[in-house]
Amino acid sequence: MVYPYIPHTDEDRKMMLSSIGLQSLDQLFEGLGEELQLSDSVPISHGRTEDEVQRMIDSIAQRNVRGIPFLGCGCYDHIIPATVKSLSSLPSFVTAYTPYQAEMSQGLLEAIYEFQSMICEITGLDVANASLYDGSHAASEAASLMVGAKRKSSTVLVSSTIHPFILAVLTTWANGTDRTIRILDEKEGVVDLSRLEAELDEACAGLIVQSPNRYGLLEDYQAVSETLHNHGCLFAILNDPLSLAIQKSPAEWGADIAIGDTQSLGLPLAFGGPSCGYMAVTASLMRRIPGRIVGATTDAQGRKGFTLTLQAREQHIKRERATSNVCSNQALAALMTTIHLSSLGWSGMVEAANQSYAKAHYLAYHLAQLPGITLIWDKPFWCEFPLVFSDAKRMRKFLQELRNEGIFAGVRLATLTRQAKDELVLLVAVTEKRSREELELYLAAARRVMK
Amino acid sequence: MSKILQDLRYSKDHEWVRIEGEKAYVGITDHAQHELGEIVFVELPPLGERYAKGEEISTVESVKAASAILNPLEGKVLEANEDLDGSPELINEDCYAHHLYVLTDYKLDDYHALLDDKGYEAYLNTL
Repeated sequence: MVYPYIPHTDEDRKMMLSSIGLQSLDQLFEGLGEELQLSDSVPISHGRTEDEVQRMIDSIAQRNVRGIPFLGCGCYDHIIPATVKSLSSLPSFVTAYTPYQAEMSQGLLEAIYEFQSMICEITGLDVANASLYDGSHAASEAASLMVGAKRKSSTVLVSSTIHPFILAVLTTWANGTDRTIRILDEKEGVVDLSRLEAELDEACAGLIVQSPNRYGLLEDYQAVSETLHNHGCLFAILNDPLSLAIQKSPAEWGADIAIGDTQSLGLPLAFGGPSCGYMAVTASLMRRIPGRIVGATTDAQGRKGFTLTLQAREQHIKRERATSNVCSNQALAALMTTIHLSSLGWSGMVEAANQSYAKAHYLAYHLAQLPGITLIWDKPFWCEFPLVFSDAKRMRKFLQELRNEGIFAGVRLATLTRQAKDELVLLVAVTEKRSREELELYLAAARRVMK
Repeated sequence: MSKILQDLRYSKDHEWVRIEGEKAYVGITDHAQHELGEIVFVELPPLGERYAKGEEISTVESVKAASAILNPLEGKVLEANEDLDGSPELINEDCYAHHLYVLTDYKLDDYHALLDDKGYEAYLNTL
């Protein structure tokens, strides 16, 4: 039997077995002992042909409801230039997802080097690593870095305005260890920093905040880094990296660590993944950054080349004293971000961020005029904003009516947080990809429902 | 044969200690630097912190491995050898001339509990 994904013929197998002096495949597994071997076949249904599977998947795909997305909450529908897919699909990139025989893969190393350089430019910090799995992962690695950097510390302060999923990952990170995640509460939709000083004790290693935060609101971190540094604590800011084209960078706020998810930079929605995380740090934390760093160098003949420069925290270097679980990177997704940024350039990034801002504010302004909807908290936002409905019935009707018009009106915050206080909150995201017509369609439908 | 100096005390983790009045100098032995190979980075301890005996205080990274330095006697970090910051190979060149850090307010009992040169030599012979 020959399967499309298993290239060996019966003949090949016989040859391989005979070269190690065996007659059958069962003989190869004899050493396992009978109790570990299946006596019967595995109870799964019979195989299907490629064509049958294709039809099956098509029919499932047809059940998808298409619509104009005003959905965000960490995953945004931005314009992605065609160069991203066509270049990142090159087989030499697709298969070389992590540089095992590192210096053989000069092309991949160069791509990672470019990614790191761009992340440094966007965040303003000195050193970026080769990428992490996603934004939540970057947050948990930042927490590990903090606890590892301050002697006898165990607690990481996290703003309650951080994305609920990221908070869940951080809670998992601490679970079952002697590490603690302590929440710094919010006030009117943004982190309440008046209580920061009081929260900083010996055990506290640092603070993680997010801007735009879980409500889409931009936060002000004036004097935060000084307060933290006075107590020997580190400061990490999690951003949507596209927003950094028009808002203050982590370096400008005096942060030690910049983290986030590059979904908004060239990665499609794709049912929520795969995504790509980034982390950049100040030079003094260079040896504490998780993962690996690719560096530029010259070879014996003086030619420019790339090399894995530093993997100071990985398990194959640090063994049991490793402070990070990462022994890889998210190279393909990072490559897509790199191609995306190369295609847009800084000015393209600024334009995408500005347009998202302008369109989101246009929609927010007009929705706020309608009865029964309030734009809660008078706080600056970028491309996403929180609406509060006067009652649950109107909210349901609003969502249903817009859906009938082919519009996904927003994400109900309560579906992410499962908290009663978020029950009437709808998060609406508007990117540069939404046209004027789509915005007017949204407003017209909203006016019909909320009159 | 590893070089061992007479006037120093030694730990079984291959650190040496030299007392000069209020100060206790701590470094790694010739055996340790030889085992590690080419040293590429030394993580120095924060000043003013008090470390217990046996507590991990610093890391020495070589091209082969990253090794923890276990503090051989209780004390407070007074100085870290900044020369190593950028020139970690000094340890390979002369590990007894280049200490890692200096402790003050150290515990003399811990010092006396360390091996002398004969004891350390005998210990190395058992390895």
